[in-house]
Amino acid sequence: MVDMAVIELSRLQFALTALYHFLFVPLTLGLSFMLVIMESIYVMTDRPVWRVVTRFWGKLFAINFVLGVATGITMEFEFGTNWSYFSHYVGDIFGAPLAIEGLMAFFLEATFVGMMFFGWDRLSKRQHLFTTFMVALGSNLSALWILVANGWMQHPTGSHFNPDTMRMEVTDFGAVIFNPVAQAKFVHTVSAGYVCASVFVLGVSSYYILRGKWVAVAKRSFTVAAAFGLASALSVVVLGDESGYTLTDNQRMKLASLEAMWHTEPAPAGIALFGIPSMEGRKTLYEVKVPYVLGLISTRSLTGQVAGIDELVVKAETRIESGIKAYDAVERLKVNRGDMAARAVFEEHKLDLGYAMLLKRFMPDPRKATPADIEKAAWTTVPNVPVMFWLFRAMAGLGFFFIAFFGAAFWMATIRRFGCANGFCRLFMRAAVWIIPLPWMAIEAGWVLAEIGRQPWAIDGVLPTFLGASSLTVPQIWTTIIGFTALYGTLAVIEVRLMLAAIAHGPIEDRASGGTHSQPAHPAYAAVPAE
Amino acid sequence: MVPPIDYETLRVIWWLLMGVLLIGFALTDGFDLGVAALLPFVAKSDEERRMVINAVGATWEGNQVWFILGGGAIFAAWPFVYAVSFSGFYLAMFLVLAALILRPVGFKYRSKRPDAKWRARWDWALFVGGLVPALVFGVAVGNVLTGVPFRLDSDLRAFYEGTLLGLFHPLSLLAGLLSVAMLVLHGAAWLALKIEHGTVHDRAQRFGQIAALAAIALFALGGVMMATMGYGFRLEGAADPAGPSNPHLMTMLAAPGAWLANFSAHPWMLAAPLLGFAGPLLALAGMRARREVMAFGGSSAAAAGIIGTVGLSMFPFILPSSIDPASSLTVWNASSSHMTLFIMLLVTCVFLPIVLAYTAWAYKVMFGRVTLHDVRTNPDFY
Ligand code: HDD
Ligand code: HEM
Ligand code: HEM
Repeated sequence: MVDMAVIELSRLQFALTALYHFLFVPLTLGLSFMLVIMESIYVMTDRPVWRVVTRFWGKLFAINFVLGVATGITMEFEFGTNWSYFSHYVGDIFGAPLAIEGLMAFFLEATFVGMMFFGWDRLSKRQHLFTTFMVALGSNLSALWILVANGWMQHPTGSHFNPDTMRMEVTDFGAVIFNPVAQAKFVHTVSAGYVCASVFVLGVSSYYILRGKWVAVAKRSFTVAAAFGLASALSVVVLGDESGYTLTDNQRMKLASLEAMWHTEPAPAGIALFGIPSMEGRKTLYEVKVPYVLGLISTRSLTGQVAGIDELVVKAETRIESGIKAYDAVERLKVNRGDMAARAVFEEHKLDLGYAMLLKRFMPDPRKATPADIEKAAWTTVPNVPVMFWLFRAMAGLGFFFIAFFGAAFWMATIRRFGCANGFCRLFMRAAVWIIPLPWMAIEAGWVLAEIGRQPWAIDGVLPTFLGASSLTVPQIWTTIIGFTALYGTLAVIEVRLMLAAIAHGPIEDRASGGTHSQPAHPAYAAVPAE
Repeated sequence: MVPPIDYETLRVIWWLLMGVLLIGFALTDGFDLGVAALLPFVAKSDEERRMVINAVGATWEGNQVWFILGGGAIFAAWPFVYAVSFSGFYLAMFLVLAALILRPVGFKYRSKRPDAKWRARWDWALFVGGLVPALVFGVAVGNVLTGVPFRLDSDLRAFYEGTLLGLFHPLSLLAGLLSVAMLVLHGAAWLALKIEHGTVHDRAQRFGQIAALAAIALFALGGVMMATMGYGFRLEGAADPAGPSNPHLMTMLAAPGAWLANFSAHPWMLAAPLLGFAGPLLALAGMRARREVMAFGGSSAAAAGIIGTVGLSMFPFILPSSIDPASSLTVWNASSSHMTLFIMLLVTCVFLPIVLAYTAWAYKVMFGRVTLHDVRTNPDFY
């Protein structure tokens, strides 16, 4: 049997460190591309004010970037420290994208970022723009590869269980890389990062405009953010994540649970705008539904059915029964690798092996399961429906809000040219400052949705989460949870203060960084109109 | 598809590549660690400290990726080793991670505020960020040499019986100190290359000479301990080097003294320990003669020789088990599948040369010594 306390704590620690890492990631993803845009304008127009714009946002980028790097190191090693059996069980497939990420993406971004910060005087303008572009490319490539890894956890393609090594091994590497779930996740996640950076730049610029400070820099930044943000907000919503949901039983379970669809409905299914899902009653109270929409979104047709939770649970029961046969065959093969009869049984039932392991939560040997145990195990495949239901609505609601918000910003920057007498502009600018935290909330909601929706599986249909953890003790994990929380908490306070100080300081620069000599350093600053 | 290179060869190639990555890490990020550990001692005033920090300022970030890639590549090519070692060294890993989190932040945030207290605090963070990883890596290697207390059940799940304090025993302490000496030497050699002639430069050379002597003495002492205390494991019977990665399919035994057996069986392997002695000597001579490039070459050779010695003495073992030698991980039972090793080799052959090319470009752009004048005038400096 497994020690559930160790599992729960390992999950808590992973969730805390990943959610924390992902506070910094989206800003890096988006701001790096915005720096490319700003610097390109500088190189093309040769106007010094764009150099100031680029360097100012570059300074904020640096403060954020370093924490992204520092917290990413934890993530890279946490699979080994806390999910040791997971790492052994799927490392043959899962390790590859992580290694490629290091080789192809981290080296790129980390090597060029040094030149981006230190190379202003040593590189030509074009060379410097090139280094900035490489940083953006590297960051976004790193997102691609980590999402290939994560996409494989959601939809494990191109692999099979090998009883000789007792682990999953790759059969088709192309299928792992070109996993449709990974591609959908990549587009959605990086667009979310672009939205996040656009909201940030727009908010800070609005603050300056409201205060009448650095207006020349702020208006230009505002315009870039409004255009980039509008495109990204459309992309987040239009290129949403639906595409993967009909691929596997577990992805369908995720869809059913975020819609709180307890029973299969005749096609095309409706979407619930409101409701209070109840895990005990297995139904949703006070539901308000819009007909047809869910069927249209998730199957892109009027006839495709969206499976309900009940139906998927029944399916899980049959897969558990089949999985027990595979499990029994593996046990026999452990004793005698040459047992051909056992191999034949294994081949027939191997796709359901993971389902038998769900029983290990209740008993050490799944072969001893009664029908009641099997039913109980089948119900563990349902994730936490109310949480899924509401997180999804929060994220999607914010998605539509961002489109409207950037639409207004774009209108204001390009058509009204920041001039409107009726006070709407000031109201909008004030709102723009206040909504800065919203994209972070949507993003963290999205991740919790994606990861909780995958439960109880670490690898969908292959490895239950509770089997993936390392054989650690509860005190060990508490030590590191407390340690990380203290360290990360301190760093968060410091970083927010430094960000605020840098924003308050504005795009002026001192000669010795942060130092004691504060005469203006570069002739370009003389060119910044004070307005 | 059957990969065109056979499984046994691929396993040996990936064992070598693991060595290349570890040595690559020691040669690049190694001097960043050494520089950070030396920071409070070679530089006293704020401006001196900023010279030291900016001597690695533009490149430490790229160098650190050698460490991250080391983790990723071990995960991809030796998933068993990744899984067992990092969870077995759980709290030690946490110490390293915490130190490595402080380091980037220290580099970047120290300069953001002028007040002395703030900067002094980050100086200590940087010192910890350099010293602790260097020490713990060495201690870990010492433990790998004596074996780690884990066993595997029939599902190949690993269980451990060790504690954090159990990691410290004479050999591992010695290895920890040797690792610190080696990286401090390398850091000092880098500072001597990278900082304008003057007080800081000279202090670095003095500390470098002490570190070189310490490295020689500790490495020799390690050899003596190896010869007298008898550490080692060996494979029993015929193991199939191209068989499935499953420790239960072969027999490993504890065999005191076996770690020296490779050197008598294959005398060419003695090149590694020789390099381990010649390197620090060369560095010492270089520092005395003020030949900075020679000193840096020497400290690089030292790292390569010392790491190479450990790897070669253990081959084909990677992670032996002290409580259940039959669970030990070796080159023949802990790798990824044939296919994954092959694909990852292709990827490495394409991307590693590209990485080396732009890294070289970055060093070229940043070429030249850091001067006091730079520190006072360049607005981009930390
Ligand atoms: C969608 C994007 C994304 C996601 C899901 C993750 N990361 Fe991340 N990571 C990045 C996007 C990113 C980035 C944008 O490339 C970062 C963030 C800020 C930065 O500096 O680089 C980064 C930094 C970063 C670093 C430091 C790289 C360096 O030195 O340059 C490591 C080792 C990791 N990450 C590892 C991970 C692991 C193991 C994750 C899985 C749990 C993970 N990240 C999730
Ligand atoms: C950075 C963005 C991410 C966030 C915010 C995030 C969030 C979470 C959360 C909240 C959990 C806990 C779920 C639970 O136990 O109920 C979790 C677990 C986990 N996630 Fe993620 N995740 C992220 C990215 C990834 C990626 C990219 C991978 C893999 C490549 C990954 C692999 C895992 C693993 C192995 C676990 C532990 C096992 C499990 O609970 O299933 N995560 N993550
Ligand atoms: C109508 C709008 C939106 C829809 C329909 C939508 C849909 C989804 C779905 C279904 C998932 C779960 C994917 C999975 O489980 O694999 C998801 C995840 C996620 N969402 Fe959204 N989303 C929307 C808006 C947003 C917005 C506005 C943001 C942030 C600015 C965002 C950020 C994320 C993130 C970071 C994830 C986790 C990564 C991933 O699984 O792709 N989403 N989204």
